[in-house]
Amino acid sequence: MDMTLPRRRFDTLIIGAGGAGLNAALQLADSGLRVAVVSKVFPTRSHTVAAQGGVNAALANVLPDSWHWHMYDTVKGSDFLGDQDAIEFMCREAIPTVYELEHAGVPFSRLDNGKIYQRAFGGQNQDFGGPQAARTCAAADRTGHAVLHALYQQNIRAKTHFFDEYFAIDLLRDEEGVALGALVLEIESGDTLVIEAKTTLIATGGCGQVFRTTSNARINTGDGMAMALRAGIPLQDMEFFQFHPTGIAGKGKLITEAVRGEGGYLINGNGERFMERYAPTARDLASRDLVARAIVTEINEGRGCGINKDYVLLRVDHLGEEIIAKRLPGIRESARIFAGLDPALEPIPVFPTAHYSMGGIPTDRFGRVVVPAGEGAEEVVPGLYAAGECACASVHGANRLGGNSLLDILVFGRAAGKDIIDYIKENPHHRPLSEPSLERAVAHLDRWDHQPEKKPAGKGKAKPAAESSVRELREEFRKVMEDHAGVFRTPKSMAEGVKQLKAIRRKLRGLRLKDQSRVFNIARIEALELENMVDVGMAIAVSALGRKESRGAHSREDFPVRDDRQWMKHSLYFREKDRLEYKPVRSKPLTVKGFPPAERVY
Amino acid sequence: MLQQELPGSDERDRLRWQCRRGMLELDLLLEAFLEEDYPGLPDQEKEAFSRFLGLEDPQLHDWLMGGGSPDDPAFAALICKLQTSLHNNPRATSSDT
Ligand SMILES: Cc1cc2nc3c(=O)[nH]c(=O)nc-3n(C[C@H](O)[C@H](O)[C@H](O)COP(=O)(O)OP(=O)(O)OC[C@H]3O[C@@H](n4cnc5c(N)ncnc54)[C@H](O)[C@@H]3O)c2cc1C
Repeated sequence: MDMTLPRRRFDTLIIGAGGAGLNAALQLADSGLRVAVVSKVFPTRSHTVAAQGGVNAALANVLPDSWHWHMYDTVKGSDFLGDQDAIEFMCREAIPTVYELEHAGVPFSRLDNGKIYQRAFGGQNQDFGGPQAARTCAAADRTGHAVLHALYQQNIRAKTHFFDEYFAIDLLRDEEGVALGALVLEIESGDTLVIEAKTTLIATGGCGQVFRTTSNARINTGDGMAMALRAGIPLQDMEFFQFHPTGIAGKGKLITEAVRGEGGYLINGNGERFMERYAPTARDLASRDLVARAIVTEINEGRGCGINKDYVLLRVDHLGEEIIAKRLPGIRESARIFAGLDPALEPIPVFPTAHYSMGGIPTDRFGRVVVPAGEGAEEVVPGLYAAGECACASVHGANRLGGNSLLDILVFGRAAGKDIIDYIKENPHHRPLSEPSLERAVAHLDRWDHQPEKKPAGKGKAKPAAESSVRELREEFRKVMEDHAGVFRTPKSMAEGVKQLKAIRRKLRGLRLKDQSRVFNIARIEALELENMVDVGMAIAVSALGRKESRGAHSREDFPVRDDRQWMKHSLYFREKDRLEYKPVRSKPLTVKGFPPAERVY
Repeated sequence: MLQQELPGSDERDRLRWQCRRGMLELDLLLEAFLEEDYPGLPDQEKEAFSRFLGLEDPQLHDWLMGGGSPDDPAFAALICKLQTSLHNNPRATSSDT
């Protein structure tokens, strides 16, 4: 094996240039450290650009507010699975974080008095569950873009070194477990490069692409989560995935809740307004999880629409063209473009769409990756950090509130940056590169070219490699995830899902690349992404099967209620032997009294 | 760094990666267009598409969702085609892709 790969050295490596990665990079570059940021797409094309709604902070510019009320809402929203120390930290830090962004040049929308304007969203209350609060700061409907753009410009000014369109393959760690950097691939040339660093931050974003119907961009394949798994690090609380009830069927594009707010409603294959049966009062405006489960129940029981009976319909035509044009601008165009129909005349086919991963790489509130160290204790992985949607701090617990994700990525990106500065002060030297670790990373890449053409190991049933292409296997995989690890969870279906995923994992091992050219070989990147998705998908499916209760976004038919006595704990999935462990929830905040679990009524 | 010549590299492969965006909407439309419509375009329009991909996501999103229109006439023509790309493409319209 050729170990004479080109090498570059930096003080710190950041994998991912979304809000989390760029906010960390800025702290570091501003402190004079040499920072490398690797991103598989141009930084301002990171998924953060899609966030339109805004970012939460208790600024109290519109209505009275306090970080403590924000904290209460977040703990309650998490269905008491969030770590209360991390949540307190996030809600307090929200305020300086938003002001820092303002100074970095984010053009927040303003009130007449010049203060930052704040929107009211669901799940936001004053006074610990009292009247509605207004907590979300936005830059028109381009908050994510405005944040990325400002942070990118600031990083250019601060001389952060960007490796744009480089794909990170695997983390490098030495025998003592210390993080040493990563092996990366330049997408254009197909050349590999070793980036050595004293600290490595994983900020690779979400993994919504593991489900067939998702609101997430194609780049969200969970690469960093899978890299962590392969490096022996578990993933936390992966069974908790937020679904939005109304995505355009087969496409995933979100249709905003406002459509139902304005009087739109759902019907099944018999033309029945089925939400009346599931939520007699709230009907189509019931909570997201309830509506999503009702849709899938209708479909599973044979009352879906279309030839395959695999979606339901969202009707708005009764509202009339005028109201649609006035109150729901954009919906008509979206339905035309993505569903090929005019919603003023025809209903829109919809299906729940995978939106946000609450779980991820376990970290503490400083962004440091933590792993179990026997008997309930945890230890920090030296030099390794994670922040953003790929990480689990854990502030969202079993369910995330709108506007809290941009907050999470910014606060913990910043916190990780600050902690890295201290770490490097104490650990100023590069450690020698571990050759075995590098060899493993290179082998992971090379196996796509050099694997002998023989049947994959394991049961003889798996298809020989050539028959099943990466794309076919990807679609098969995403369908299994949707059917068996999605919104609707029964023990039988989940167990079947794990079985099918194991078969897919075997088939994957048998695949190799037909086109082995190096230059712009997108098939190679897609193959690596599929490997990552399958690892992450397995984490979701196994963790879901393991958790025998219903909490937040995880809902099981056989265990329909929350069970705090046995299950107020985090799951940890390890790739080795698909093993699960559990660790306690941190119910003690930093300075205030903890919020004990209570029933979640809205 | 590590710059290599791109002997015989297919422009379409380069564009395929440029069609990976931060928003699902753009991924869907750009990808369907690249697969189905792009190969048959005259060179001038191919070049316009390549330039189009150099713009920021929210700009592309606004134009494609019917908000405002670009000054560049080449872009205006592209946008019309992109808006229907999913529905000229039978593979992309089936509800089980
Ligand atoms: C449609 C939509 C709307 C949303 N709206 C809101 C909202 O209004 N408010 C809110 O709070 N949240 C919202 N969210 C959620 C929020 O946008 C995301 O959780 C958040 O932006 C994730 O940021 P991040 O920095 O963790 O990752 P991302 O922004 O996803 O960035 C990930 C980065 O990692 C890089 N990367 C990934 N893999 C690799 C690899 N192998 N090699 C190299 N680089 C890699 C990518 O190139 C990218 O730069 C929304 C989500 C969606 C889908």
